[in-house]
Amino acid sequence: MAIESEKVTADVIEVSEFPLIARRYDVFAVPKVVINDRISFEGALPEQLFLQKVLEAAAEGTGV
Amino acid sequence: MPLLREQDRRQLEEIFAAQLTDPVTLVLFTQHDSPLLIPAQECQTCRETRELLEEVAALSDKIRLEVKDFVRDAAEARQLGVHIIPATIFRGKNKGTLRYFGIPSGYEFSVLVQGIIDVSTGTTRLSAQTREQLAKLSVPVHIQVMVTPT
Repeated sequence: MAIESEKVTADVIEVSEFPLIARRYDVFAVPKVVINDRISFEGALPEQLFLQKVLEAAAEGTGV
Repeated sequence: MPLLREQDRRQLEEIFAAQLTDPVTLVLFTQHDSPLLIPAQECQTCRETRELLEEVAALSDKIRLEVKDFVRDAAEARQLGVHIIPATIFRGKNKGTLRYFGIPSGYEFSVLVQGIIDVSTGTTRLSAQTREQLAKLSVPVHIQVMVTPT
């Protein structure tokens, strides 16, 4: 998604090296995805559902 | 001793030769090896990450590795949102920002390889519909994927 849009920043974080981040985002299972610090889910989602989460986070960001 | 096995090295060389189209720069923020050991500030995987990226970059003339020092290049690190190390930033034909924090080893090594290929080609396997929606984004979206190497 970060390839396709200049608005997207995609980070992969190896949390066993950064326990503080794991604690901050309550990471108990991986992969865990956090979008704009607000929306999160565990495990892999199909593309369409993942996109929905991204759009949700973006809509919250604009206050829509 | 190299981190990559000879067999993997050869296979990767073939993959890169076949799939990389445009140049890629990997910007690695790391720390200098210091004779002084400060336990709280020690970056446990920095040295290995650097070795791994050097080995990967050597497999294709389209991959360039730029090594930055987290302390000396602090202003640049801040500007790029790098607050933990090792941090690898992928630069190529990507429109947005792509970063990897930690060592991309084990199962995550494929993330490094795929990331290099994706920013080189500037294309993804996302559907046309998804790409259309992403192109319409008007606010920043920060996606963080938490992983472990095993």
